[in-house]
Amino acid sequence: MQELMPATGVFSLLWLLIALPLAGSAILLLGGRMTNKWGPYLAVSTIVIDALLAIWMLVEMMGQGAEERTFNDNIYSWVFAGTFKVDMAFQLDQLSMVFVLLITIVGALIHIYSLGYMSHDPDRRKFFGFLNLFVAAMLLLVLANNYLLMYVGWEGVGLASYLLIGFWQYKPSAAAAAKKAFIINRVGDVGLSLAIMVMFVTFGSVSFEDVFGSTGQASEGTLTAIGLLLLLAACGKSAQFPLQAWLLDAMEGPTPVSALIHAATMVTAGVYLITRSNAIFDAAAWAATAVVVIGVITMFMGAIIGCAKDDIKKSLAGSTMSQIGYMVIAAGLGPVGYVFAIFHLLTHGVFKAGLFLGAGSVMHAMKDNVNMRRYGALRALMVVTFGTFLVCTLSIMGIPPFSGFWSKDSIVHAAFESSNLVGICTVLAAGITGFYMTRMVAMTFYGKARWEDDAHPHESPAVMTIPLIILAIGATFLGMALLFWGNIETWLEPVVGFEEGHVAIPELLLMAITLAVVLIGAAIGWIQYARREVPVTEPHGNLLTRAARAELYGNEINDVLVVHPSFWLSRFLVWFDNAWVDGFVNSSAAAVGGLSGRMRKYQTGFIRSYALSMLGGAILVVVALVLVRLS
Amino acid sequence: MNPSNYIILSALLFGIGATGVLVRRNAIVVFMSVELMLNASNLAFVAFARMHGNLDGQVVAFFVMVVAAAEVVVGLAIIVQIFRSRRSASIDEPNLLKY
Repeated sequence: MQELMPATGVFSLLWLLIALPLAGSAILLLGGRMTNKWGPYLAVSTIVIDALLAIWMLVEMMGQGAEERTFNDNIYSWVFAGTFKVDMAFQLDQLSMVFVLLITIVGALIHIYSLGYMSHDPDRRKFFGFLNLFVAAMLLLVLANNYLLMYVGWEGVGLASYLLIGFWQYKPSAAAAAKKAFIINRVGDVGLSLAIMVMFVTFGSVSFEDVFGSTGQASEGTLTAIGLLLLLAACGKSAQFPLQAWLLDAMEGPTPVSALIHAATMVTAGVYLITRSNAIFDAAAWAATAVVVIGVITMFMGAIIGCAKDDIKKSLAGSTMSQIGYMVIAAGLGPVGYVFAIFHLLTHGVFKAGLFLGAGSVMHAMKDNVNMRRYGALRALMVVTFGTFLVCTLSIMGIPPFSGFWSKDSIVHAAFESSNLVGICTVLAAGITGFYMTRMVAMTFYGKARWEDDAHPHESPAVMTIPLIILAIGATFLGMALLFWGNIETWLEPVVGFEEGHVAIPELLLMAITLAVVLIGAAIGWIQYARREVPVTEPHGNLLTRAARAELYGNEINDVLVVHPSFWLSRFLVWFDNAWVDGFVNSSAAAVGGLSGRMRKYQTGFIRSYALSMLGGAILVVVALVLVRLS
Repeated sequence: MNPSNYIILSALLFGIGATGVLVRRNAIVVFMSVELMLNASNLAFVAFARMHGNLDGQVVAFFVMVVAAAEVVVGLAIIVQIFRSRRSASIDEPNLLKY
């Protein structure tokens, strides 16, 4: 257990990390048209200041001893009821530190890129307001020191992603995609809220310190339940099977959104949740196994979908699913994998942001056409975009010495440490990654030009290419930097634990095998899409291709299992409401109405009949009194 | 003292009054019938007071007289107003307030 240090010095500014973008978003969204001119620059500057603060904190943290790197900043008592107390408190340790760096630095680059990408959009002020809101929510998520506060960030991220996916809400498809993402995320949120409730019942507290410190007191069944509920939550946010369907549709949002939310930060929240809750998963073997199984399924699903989609962003979204699958597998492996899940998450956050922004740059040049079959031969016209995209591609494929190689190789190694089957799966998926990324590069930048008639491709402005270049540099060196200079294992070890396992195959041989599989995949992709002509209309394809184009029928399965039954249920409820509930209420009302209609007739206006009824009533009362007296 | 004679007289007067209220159409006569009923009850009160040897019934009779006087003031005013507007004192004609 780590010692909690009071937040002094720069760490007392922890709240500012969240407050800055939150204030930025409030000013932009409440300020109205007044802020149209300078609003976007304000939004960018809040994130840039955040990034600088984060780097300063990293430097300060590196100056501390390994056991003294957890800083707690208690702002005030937020919820108190009886013995239950939740603080508005932030915790910065090695794990949240790397997340803060990823979110602020990649976030800042994407903000800057958006200045160029969204320059023609009439609603860009609103867009930057939402982006700031998203960053604030994500920072709250990773800085909270208890599950309840984290839940606030978790929901904030869901809200911001809804707003951003549906940013072009006049397009029906975007509005529908936003709703879909929001609703599927709700399913995961139910898991998190239930997990928090179970924690409260079991441990009487929801702060990380108390929960992780007392896992020994809970039964394994309870811990497994918490673990599975947390996994459900992670599935929702990280687009893991069976809650993966929203991610591909979420590409309806502007491309910087896809890069920020659906590649670099938001989908990593699930991995963060599992890694942060390592104490629970370590004590619940079944839950950890479930995490690995979900990861493997999603890794393959994403990779297969990525192979068949012609929409460049959806293909990248499939690859995101697949890479998050890698991280989830690593997180499920336990102490051998947590560190590498975060390692891959960091490198992936950088190179996937680069890929998405590169795709955005291509789309910008091709008049927002996303169909890769109408691209081709762009490498000479868009040199910077091509170069950075290629670097990021090599990185995600896992070619040495690019970042992705080191992180992916670590995960493959960790997978072989616990199970050969999982290890083989990760190697195969790496091969598929090689195929679809080569396909993407070949279809976009090589071959013959298959442009629409009115397309005039051109390189994007510097405000867009400079972030690309920075991300490409990150995609090249970050892996080596983290592994050899930053010592990611020893850095994260105090928080998530780390142990080295044993693999039967020598490490270098394993590396060579993985690399060979990747190269075979890449070669097949190259032969199929760069050497041969790419048809402008999609060929019929075999069964698997058609299934992958349909996103492996994820939507259809949801329709059959969830959507249609809920329609039936709601139709039944409407019928029940109309026929029975309304029937009862309406008929009793009609009975009262009919009866009073008849009673009304006795109000004749004829005074003497009133007098007669009064007399009759009086006689009745007297008779009743007499009878009672006599009896 | 035997109160039964007084009570019988009171009941008779009350019955005459009630019948008058029910069967007569002229508002003034109905009004007089109501007075007759009130005074019938006064007679019963006074008779019982005498029988029990205390003043409770007498006091109530006074109250009834006061109330009857007030009622006459208001009631006659209403009847006069109705007569002015309708040229008739029949109580069957003002029947607008009905279903």
